[in-house]
Amino acid sequence: MYQTRYHRPGSVAEAAELLSKAEDGRYVAGGHTLIPTMKHRLAGPSDLVDLSRLSELKGISEKGGTVTIGAATTHYEVASSDAVRKAIPALAALAGMIGDPAVRNRGTIGGSLANNDPGADYPAAVLGLGATIHTDKRKIEADDFFTGLFTTALEEGEIIVKVSFPVPKKAAYEKFHSAASRYALTGVFVASAKDGAVRVAVTGAGANGVFRAADIEKALSGKASSDAIDAVSIDPSGLLSDIHGSAEYRANLVKVMAKRAVDAIG
Amino acid sequence: MANDGIGASVPRKEDRRFTTGQGTYTGDVNLAGQLHAVFVRSPHAHAHIKSVDLSEASKMPGVVAIHTGEELEAGGINHLICGWAITSKNGSGMRMGPYPPLAIGKVRFVGQPIVAVVARSRDQAEDAAEAVQIDYETLPAVTNPVDALKPDAPAIHEFEADSSVWEHGRAPSNLIFDWELGDAAATDNAIKSAKHVVKIDLVNNRVVPSAMEARAVVADYRSSDGHFTLWNTTQNPHLLRVVLSAFINVAPEHKLRIIAPDVGGGFGSKIFTYSEEVVCLWAAKQAGKPVKWVSGRNEAFLTDAHGRDHVTTAEIAFDDDYRMLGLKVDTIANLGGYMSLFASLIPTYLYAPLLSGQYVIPNIHVNVRAVYTNTVPVDAVRGAGRPEATYVLERLIEKAARELGVDRAELRRKNFVREFPYQTPVLWKYDSGNYDGLLTKALAASKWDDFEARKAEAAKRGKLRGIGLSCYIEACGVAPSSAEGGALGAGVGVWEMAEIKVNPVGTVEVLVGTLGHGQGHETTYAQIAADRFGIPIDSVSVIEGDTDKVQQGMGTYGSRTAGNGTSAVYRALDKIEAKAKKIAAHLLEASEEDITIANGEFSVSGTDRKVTLTDVSLAAYTFHKLPKDIEPGLDEKAYFDPTDLTYPAGAFVCEVEIDPATGTTEVVQFTAVDDFGNVINPMIVEGQVHGGVMHGLGQALLEEAKYDPGSGQLIAGSYMDYCMPRAHDLPKSFDHAFQKTPTPNNPLGLKGCGEAGAIGSPPAIINAITDALGTEDISMPATPEKIWRALQSAGQNA
Repeated sequence: MYQTRYHRPGSVAEAAELLSKAEDGRYVAGGHTLIPTMKHRLAGPSDLVDLSRLSELKGISEKGGTVTIGAATTHYEVASSDAVRKAIPALAALAGMIGDPAVRNRGTIGGSLANNDPGADYPAAVLGLGATIHTDKRKIEADDFFTGLFTTALEEGEIIVKVSFPVPKKAAYEKFHSAASRYALTGVFVASAKDGAVRVAVTGAGANGVFRAADIEKALSGKASSDAIDAVSIDPSGLLSDIHGSAEYRANLVKVMAKRAVDAIG
Repeated sequence: MANDGIGASVPRKEDRRFTTGQGTYTGDVNLAGQLHAVFVRSPHAHAHIKSVDLSEASKMPGVVAIHTGEELEAGGINHLICGWAITSKNGSGMRMGPYPPLAIGKVRFVGQPIVAVVARSRDQAEDAAEAVQIDYETLPAVTNPVDALKPDAPAIHEFEADSSVWEHGRAPSNLIFDWELGDAAATDNAIKSAKHVVKIDLVNNRVVPSAMEARAVVADYRSSDGHFTLWNTTQNPHLLRVVLSAFINVAPEHKLRIIAPDVGGGFGSKIFTYSEEVVCLWAAKQAGKPVKWVSGRNEAFLTDAHGRDHVTTAEIAFDDDYRMLGLKVDTIANLGGYMSLFASLIPTYLYAPLLSGQYVIPNIHVNVRAVYTNTVPVDAVRGAGRPEATYVLERLIEKAARELGVDRAELRRKNFVREFPYQTPVLWKYDSGNYDGLLTKALAASKWDDFEARKAEAAKRGKLRGIGLSCYIEACGVAPSSAEGGALGAGVGVWEMAEIKVNPVGTVEVLVGTLGHGQGHETTYAQIAADRFGIPIDSVSVIEGDTDKVQQGMGTYGSRTAGNGTSAVYRALDKIEAKAKKIAAHLLEASEEDITIANGEFSVSGTDRKVTLTDVSLAAYTFHKLPKDIEPGLDEKAYFDPTDLTYPAGAFVCEVEIDPATGTTEVVQFTAVDDFGNVINPMIVEGQVHGGVMHGLGQALLEEAKYDPGSGQLIAGSYMDYCMPRAHDLPKSFDHAFQKTPTPNNPLGLKGCGEAGAIGSPPAIINAITDALGTEDISMPATPEKIWRALQSAGQNA
């Protein structure tokens, strides 16, 4: 690891201030991507600004049909939250599927979303539920947030403060684990909103990261049954291909996981 | 105290230390003033080194020295060696490319060390390592062993023109040897005239050993008398000492103390001599200070010797009554960029002789071509050659049964060896066994006959259920040192040594030349000593791994400890018992023949006269009243050289359920029946089976050290991409049973158990998958995608 300066700010404003002054600074929350990268000397930020202890970024609340989760909330806290389990059980279940207990006790929702790993689970829930990302500067709708592999609509220095999820009528997440890393080789989040609209978000499979499966959404809008997905054809050309799975295999998994999610909703 | 003795499932003594963080591993050893070594490694699979510029690096803060291959060579340091000579069938010796500890002129795999930077801190050494400027001229790389034999393959080593024995005047450029075992003409004839012939093409996937503790070195040098101490993660400290001194010339044997403290697993990878040990010893001498290196996990992937990596074609012939007539096997074995310490042994004598399996096969011929590729050197990984052989034979037999429409179990049963000793046509002579008994037990325990009902029930749930069988043979203890070992090309003996010290107070110390690295030696050996005197195992200490304490030894690998280590202990105990009885007889004024031992006491048969072990040992050391023909002390040493290998065997039944939508395999039931001869601690032995089966499950379903063929980069170079088995991959149900047919080849009748699970399980698992799918076209690891694709193409063909 290269030498770096570690900062523990007292507020979101101070964090942004520290980063803006740093020569080549990075925010760190759970650190599950950044710290291993630094240990391998593949990243060498001059300054690390720790967001994980900021009280402004903590906490879970449910009010008026919306679940709001602070950006520095750990996966474990989401998975074990009574409020989340009651309002959006699929979201709690998703958080409980991330990595292993060590990861879940350090990793945060804000960190996961800002990093936007193509195999990460949270992007599927955020996009599938049509959540809103609140930053220290603005609100960003899920459909506008994820812009490509490891890239988001966040501007330099912008900090995710919280994420608000509209409580759906029903939702389910089905994940096919990548055997080695436990990331999603393909994960499909299906949500049926209170107004009846169905959203289907796919993580792990897309060549440009998380995406909404428009054809599946369309098929389900007529008939919310897994059989409706059989006729959908998923084009592998827009999907990832790597040593863990070809695009064709991922295309199959998109359908299989989507069907299972629909069946889980019942 | 029979509870602690032979046959008791005593909890492992050492686990309290390991599970409470009180173990001492090489990484825990820190010496005053120690320096840290960091290695600059090749980023290229194959390249000429045009220049090495150390000027920037040597000016970096904290840098004490930077070492190169040229410097070591000028200092008289020799190359790394391969300790087993294999001769090609045309009489040519094996072609060993020079393997300098730090590369000179050329690099042949990604990760090969080129320069060692020694600095006051690890961070400083890493910073300086980054400042080393190396200019490469990259060369085309080859990673696949079949491609390496093609005429246009890049030549990895440069050899002198060969003699006329090779076709076209020289061997294919990357060929190491072209070796055979068995009668080629007789086997060809048997196949030609047979009623039925079944053929299979197989790849045995390359694996990374993945010991929990990565390798580490702490080298210390005392200039006043030129004495070295090396703390090292080794499975065989004494052998390492011989290699480092006699062959590599980095330290004289009598001034080199090697200490293997607690070692956290090895699976074979810590048998071998690596560059880092040599370089740290050299660096410590140059600096006059201790030098430490601890491997990172990424370095472990790129430097620990890998395993397996065979490409094989095999055919088996049967007569009209389905009796085996002949087996012909042709294998290409990838040995990587250089020949590691026992690289040549693994695909030859640890592989080909096992191809007779549990069967009477009158004619066997095995041809093995070993090749260089631009990959990490390949050597022994748990099972080492035997899993490869078992995979070939057991998949071929299963395929034959399906093709010929005969029952898989009955096809095996019909061909079992039934009389012992049995001389196979491929060297080994099986001493004992009951293969029919193993199979019968395994079929019964697995409810083999009721499988169709379970399959039908699974089908209702949309799952494809399959059942597979594997009847494996093992060969433990490597080989006898005597005639055979030497004649087969061994550069080492394979005896074992133990010393038993009974202390003045009657406690017992067992010093033995094996090296436990997770197997439970401290408990197992203690049980043998405790059993002899009827004392608790807490009164026995076991000492391994320090060449200053344990006088000689050959280490732990090849499931050799059970057969050889315990036998040396047993023989030393015989000597102790004889002397102790003599002393007791004197103390009791009785005849030696009348003395019996029980519960830590020596009694005169038929009387109530007795003395304790403490009385005897105290008398031996106080030596106040013993006769002149007895020497003081109660301390004896014994060597044991086995008359032959031991041949454990077993029958494994695996049952899987496949999800056809995703191709995911779940091992729903695994049944293992093993014949390890007698068993000292059944709990420990079952643990070895569980671990071994999981190791094999990893190879069968998950693990693959995949290289990018163009660049020669190890793509699966971390646990993000290389999949180790996890707890949830365990079979849902796991049954184990013993059958005990003691070997006559050692005094306790033990056969060895550490590798069996990894040897027998891959074909059992794959055979279950092929049974479920109805296609033979599945390779390891049988990933969900491969299975899904097999189902897709079967669906298209249907």
